[in-house]
Amino acid sequence: MNLAITLLVAVSIASIIGTVLQQNLPYNDYVIKFGPFWFEVFNALGLYDVYGTPWFLVLLGLLLVSTTVCVFRNTPAIIRDMRHFRLDVQTKSLRSFRHHAEWSVKGAPSELADRLGKQLKRDGYRTRQGDYGGNARIVGAMRGSMGRLGYLLSHSAIVIICIGGLMDGNLPLKFADSTGKIRAETRDLPIANVPAKSVIASDSGSFRGTVNIPEGSSADFVYLGLRDGYLVQKLPFEIALDEFRIEHYPTGQPKSYESDLIIFDEELEEPLRKTIAVNHPLVYKGYAIYQSSFSDGGSRMVLQAHSLDNPDTEALRLEGRIGQRLPVETPRGKRTVELIDFKPFNIFPIEEEDGSEGQKNFGPSVIFRLRDASGEALEYVNYMQPVPRGESLFFLSGVRSTPSEPYQYLHLPLDENDSLKRFLRLRAKAMEMNHLQTEVAAQLASMAGSADAELPQKVANSIVELVQTFVAEGIGAVVARVESSAPEAEQDAALKSFVNVIQNTLGAIYVDLLAEEEGKDLGEGVSAADQRFFEDAMNALSLMGSYGSPFVAQLTDFEQVQASGLQITKSPGKDIVYLGCVMLMAGVFFMFYMHHRRLWVRIEEDGENSRILFAGTGHRNRGDFGKEFQRLQRRLKAVSDA
Amino acid sequence: MSVPHEYMEEPLEQPHFLKRLGLFDGLWAVLLLAGTVYTIANFSVLMDRYEVGILIGTGLALALFGWAWKPIRPLGLAVAALSLFAVWAYGDTLAAAETDFFLKYLFSSQSAIMWMSALFVMATAAYWFALVMGSTFSGKVGTALTWSASTMGLVGLMVRWRESYLISHDVGHIPVANLYEVFILFAVITGLLYLFYEKRYNNRAMGAFVLTVVSAAVAFLLWYSFERGAHEIMPLVPALQSYWMKIHVPTNFVGYGGFAMAAMLGVAYLLVDWRAAKNPQSAFVRRMPSLDQLDDLMHKLIALGFAFFTVATVLGAMWAAEAWGGYWSWDPKETWALIVWLNYAAWLHMRLTKGWRGKPLAWWAIIGLFITLFAFLGVNMFLSGLHSYGEL
Ligand code: HEM
Repeated sequence: MNLAITLLVAVSIASIIGTVLQQNLPYNDYVIKFGPFWFEVFNALGLYDVYGTPWFLVLLGLLLVSTTVCVFRNTPAIIRDMRHFRLDVQTKSLRSFRHHAEWSVKGAPSELADRLGKQLKRDGYRTRQGDYGGNARIVGAMRGSMGRLGYLLSHSAIVIICIGGLMDGNLPLKFADSTGKIRAETRDLPIANVPAKSVIASDSGSFRGTVNIPEGSSADFVYLGLRDGYLVQKLPFEIALDEFRIEHYPTGQPKSYESDLIIFDEELEEPLRKTIAVNHPLVYKGYAIYQSSFSDGGSRMVLQAHSLDNPDTEALRLEGRIGQRLPVETPRGKRTVELIDFKPFNIFPIEEEDGSEGQKNFGPSVIFRLRDASGEALEYVNYMQPVPRGESLFFLSGVRSTPSEPYQYLHLPLDENDSLKRFLRLRAKAMEMNHLQTEVAAQLASMAGSADAELPQKVANSIVELVQTFVAEGIGAVVARVESSAPEAEQDAALKSFVNVIQNTLGAIYVDLLAEEEGKDLGEGVSAADQRFFEDAMNALSLMGSYGSPFVAQLTDFEQVQASGLQITKSPGKDIVYLGCVMLMAGVFFMFYMHHRRLWVRIEEDGENSRILFAGTGHRNRGDFGKEFQRLQRRLKAVSDA
Repeated sequence: MSVPHEYMEEPLEQPHFLKRLGLFDGLWAVLLLAGTVYTIANFSVLMDRYEVGILIGTGLALALFGWAWKPIRPLGLAVAALSLFAVWAYGDTLAAAETDFFLKYLFSSQSAIMWMSALFVMATAAYWFALVMGSTFSGKVGTALTWSASTMGLVGLMVRWRESYLISHDVGHIPVANLYEVFILFAVITGLLYLFYEKRYNNRAMGAFVLTVVSAAVAFLLWYSFERGAHEIMPLVPALQSYWMKIHVPTNFVGYGGFAMAAMLGVAYLLVDWRAAKNPQSAFVRRMPSLDQLDDLMHKLIALGFAFFTVATVLGAMWAAEAWGGYWSWDPKETWALIVWLNYAAWLHMRLTKGWRGKPLAWWAIIGLFITLFAFLGVNMFLSGLHSYGEL
């Protein structure tokens, strides 16, 4: 008993550890979190998969043994208790009960016994009558024996649930793992290349695995997560995904999703077609197939990468499927584009014109990572459709360095043709030394009559440098420069004049660009739209410092392929567990709401009269039984007096 | 002063339970039957067969429940009448909530829930006043307020159910799907549990303690609503779109209600014990139930909570098996449910097999509430927090 409580507490504490320390993450995450030393210590203790470690299973096993022993020890006594009326109870014991009463009435014992027995029956008791030595009768009564059965039911239920649970815990696999017979694969391999040591045949015991099947593809295996890697579990049939469908709420949240599956099995006369959805699995041959998630199944992306360095070269066409890596040559060196995900739509909350909250679909987006030769990568999300803001249209692109950060969004202004051309040209012109210098020289020409002959050259150099810093690294770099060079009191003023210079220089370049390259007639000045474009461009440039990409990749075409995430389980122990659960629920209610109570009425002839000794005990629950006893006593008295 | 019912005189021959039913009981059953039949006739196209089963089961359970505990009948009628009135006042547009006087100030779900909150807090004050000042009248006011609060809470839930369908058919669902909704459920269930035992033990002094925990829940509810806008009706994620939710969640909250009330009785036990040691004749000690009664009641409530919690956990496992593909995945919520369950199993063992009574169990019941609270709030707040940290 003490052992049982200790075990209950121990299991609880172990369970708590498993909830506080997130389980089954990639091992790298734990190394980062705990450092190499503690990582090893916790790994040795099995804390990354508490519920699968041997010591936890031993704890459960002990609980199982202890409960089994307990049930076996108590069963005979309980069954005896439920069946025997104990008519041979000693008078002395009856008088020693807390609840007993004695009184005398007229009448013969046998007749009184019948009458009192009947009354007890009316009160819901089972009764049995017998002789009690010589001239006395005894009526034994009991009620609520199911309460005792409740103990048996609920405690054996715990044993049964544990057995079912162990059957589904796949101990043979754990054993094979610990003896090195199988090995978790940690590399990302095509299924055909996974070594045999990591593949489990389809006739094995229980498992719970997952697999993503793209539309139009099929799989006859699932992946089982094991410590830091995975195993491949073969299935005795093949599952093909015909179509995946998803519906959304107006907020963009998924409302429902379902998959049309086709099961191919030699034993089937024709393939089995069935649609599964969340909460509506398919059970085939004891394998339960659940709709558990969805993802991209390798959508085809077509991207146009506009170089930031050579805006007049033809945009580079990048084509590939989500999940693929595409090598790209850029003026800044080799890069790899890793296509990560595609979203056919993006719904975000926005403020409507009347101030109320609304939602807007920003259209399709592609997420990719851009890795340079040294392995450093930035992640980008680029939207396909132009995004309006104010009166202008923008190309929207977000960047971040790790998946846990929010994206930093850039709004690149689009020109009259909804193209990035003008913005890219403006930027490139500003970066181009010769061009810049011409502009600066023109500006400086207005600074007439300077004493220092070299001054214009110096000023010109520093202006060129300033503008290029701004264009290449953004406003942050300019601010940093001001902070490192000017005394604090003058920083504000300095920054203001720097920004002025930048704006004027770029403005001049912009006007040139409009006039010369786009052939605009600027006789009436720059139009309001072109004016706005310049402001938007300045904003975009000021933030582009950390963009880090040699190109801007526009999504121009796509063909969506979805994948359905299936969870497939085989749990032969499930029905046993459910049987245990039913027993547990019944047992607990019996235990709590049916109290085993015994009563005895001993009636002894005493001349004309009979002496009645009424006694009873209740299994636990003193208070209520006391009340019931008093009530019964009053009734018996009344009946015996009648 | 606290004379349990059982001690009162009663007839020699207790007629059979069914024979004790009166006209009102019959009417109650007929109304429930009519309601069930009407619902099936009109709405069964919207329900799967399990939901029809749950509906019939609910009708039966309510009939029996009303027969066994009579005050449920007027409560049920009031809730039904007010909810139907609100549904009628809405017609088929949510906008009526702004224009219709009754909806705006009384029976739109948000107003009803605000009324529930106010009434529960007032009931708490009335019970405390009754306990401290020895005012019988104030105690009765507390009882009336608690009944009214429960009525308004249930009306709020019923109307919210309808409102979710008015938003859109896709969004419609029974309001036991998020923390905000289940807190209302918790307050109402705990209030009703208390009212049951108040009558049974003929003692209103416990109300001050039990209603305090209900008021705490109400405080959370208000904070959650005003600070976080939690009262907005949100559509359901696919995993929650299941008939299992309809039985799993309410069962769970009977369990939580039992545990919460047991913990408050634990507090009462410790206070009475402490006062009685100093002055057994103090007014507080005389007004409260005896230590034995408190101890006994605490046990009953933990047993009740444990039984329902057992059922709820099993239902949860069956649901998980259907939605996630495994009846047990050791995810934090499941694991904490197990911890709560093991904790109260240990509590019951101590009482039943080791014969523990009184103070240690009272303390343990209070600690148990914190464990329960963690399972029900903390897991969502902290472990998901750890979770996202873990994914850094
Ligand atoms: C996971 C493990 C267990 C759980 C959840 C559990 C649960 C319970 C519960 C809830 C009760 C309350 C019974 C009542 O009101 O009558 C109880 C009673 C009892 N338990 Fe356990 N139990 C467990 C394991 C054990 C073990 C291992 C033993 C013995 C070594 C044991 C021995 C008893 C005994 C003797 C009673 C009193 C039964 C009676 O007098 O009717 N239990 N158990």
